[in-house]
Amino acid sequence: MSQQIQPAKVMFDGPVHGRSPLHKYIFTGVVVLLCLWVLVPIYLLAVNTLSSPEDVNAFPKSLFPDLNTDSVSFFLNFAGVGQALWSSVKVATVTMVLSILAGAPAGYALSRFDFTGKSTFRVLVLMTRAFPLPLLALPLAVMYIRIGLDDSILGLALVHTTLALPFAVLITYSLFSGIPIELEEAAWTLGCSRLQAFQKVIFPLVLPGIAASAIFAFVISWNEVFAAAVLTIENRTLPAFLLQSLSFAPLHLKFAGGAVLVLPALIFIFLVRKYLFSMWGIANR
Amino acid sequence: MYSKSLPYMLLLPATLFLCIFFIYPFTLVAWQAFTTDTGEFTSSFFQEMASHWKFNTALINTLLLALAVVPFQMALAIYMATLVNGMKRGRDAVLYIWTIPLGISDLAAGLIWLAIFEQSGFLNSFLHTLGVVEQPVGFLGYENKGIIFLAIVLAEIWRATSIVLVILVAGMGLIPKEYAEAAEVFGASRWQRFTRVTLPMLKPSLQTAMILRVILAFEVFAVVVALGGTNLPVLMSEVFTWQYELRDAHVAAAYALVILAISIAFTLLIMWALRVPKGARV
Repeated sequence: MSQQIQPAKVMFDGPVHGRSPLHKYIFTGVVVLLCLWVLVPIYLLAVNTLSSPEDVNAFPKSLFPDLNTDSVSFFLNFAGVGQALWSSVKVATVTMVLSILAGAPAGYALSRFDFTGKSTFRVLVLMTRAFPLPLLALPLAVMYIRIGLDDSILGLALVHTTLALPFAVLITYSLFSGIPIELEEAAWTLGCSRLQAFQKVIFPLVLPGIAASAIFAFVISWNEVFAAAVLTIENRTLPAFLLQSLSFAPLHLKFAGGAVLVLPALIFIFLVRKYLFSMWGIANR
Repeated sequence: MYSKSLPYMLLLPATLFLCIFFIYPFTLVAWQAFTTDTGEFTSSFFQEMASHWKFNTALINTLLLALAVVPFQMALAIYMATLVNGMKRGRDAVLYIWTIPLGISDLAAGLIWLAIFEQSGFLNSFLHTLGVVEQPVGFLGYENKGIIFLAIVLAEIWRATSIVLVILVAGMGLIPKEYAEAAEVFGASRWQRFTRVTLPMLKPSLQTAMILRVILAFEVFAVVVALGGTNLPVLMSEVFTWQYELRDAHVAAAYALVILAISIAFTLLIMWALRVPKGARV
């Protein structure tokens, strides 16, 4: 047979196969270029961070660090940095716990039950996207003074939880939806109560995903700067501290601070990368 | 087994939380913008805001930044998403690299691009090596507003394209492959399949991504402060100045309502422009 039946191609067979070698090279080149576009600025920050303060302020600059930890130790010993770091960790941890405690049950309810008001709740969660949430800090600053939550870890963590909660609900919703209800039903027929079935069957299965959404909440809080700067004075988080020292801090302090801010986020995104896509897949439906 | 109240009990914490910390503060902020400390209704805070010389500049800068960043970012993310989908090997690694900026805050992104644009920074060093400049140029000085603007645009594109990419890659994963196969059977070219099948099917994701990005663009703050200091006021930095430095929560609240109003207006506009007809949902 001279004519072979072509197997159906997948949707985005894209430029890789079935095209000339030239196309392949261009394709690879573009991908590499876009990777560099992301990585090079981070590398440059790393170079500045790992250079001595003199080199950071020198001109012209070398593209390679002299691997000197003076900038980093200057930053870490700078007055207020240690406390700001500690505040950041505390606020992010409280945010993480609160958003999972409130978000995971909601995600479970959305995935397992049909009930009146379900769509209203979903609208409420999705509505949070259409609002610039950091602005919430303004009225809360006034309210907090009245109820004694001003300049507190908990007060800021509550605002950050508002930012993280919609994501926690959506991630856990997609997690629970991915587990067949038959598993739970099987446990019930074998004599488990709803709670036992959840504990013994569902919980172990979703634990990694829950951890991922917890990490995501942590990163949201870790990175947030506006509400943190408005709501805290003594208990400033690291971003708020850096923001307020921008106008007077020396360059090497800024860059070392930036690097300390970026590093955990890099690790965390690596840990949760698998869940990023499932979350948005379900969120668009 | 099934108890009717169970789902409501499970939703209660999240609902309560969102009512107290999401809905209530937004009514409070409106209240704060329109009433004096003694509780009288007034529009004087809006007048004070609008007559301040920085207001128009801040509003225009914010809108211009959004206009310069978002369309380019959407196009770039769509392109990157199709690239990723065409990959056989290394897809996961490339996706991880491209989504790295997702975890980087706007402040950190501002500092990263400061390392490039500041006077003794890498751009100056690079130009010096090429022999273009003798002495380092103060790119971010107040007389170079255009360059500050460009640096912010680059930092924003660098930082926030990843969130659009994630949403679009997830969205493309939801499109059944049969549609494109059918189109190919009927002789559609690669480009036709993209414009007639992929893009229309991707509308819900495009809508989500677009709304999210536009809202983030109107909240742009720390990047601007890190790169431009006070040289390039935007709405959010004015909110901060009024609240934190000038200690006038009322005018800050008025600013907040302006940001809120344009955010809601644009959300509705995008929802309308990228609406999906009822019968056409997957």
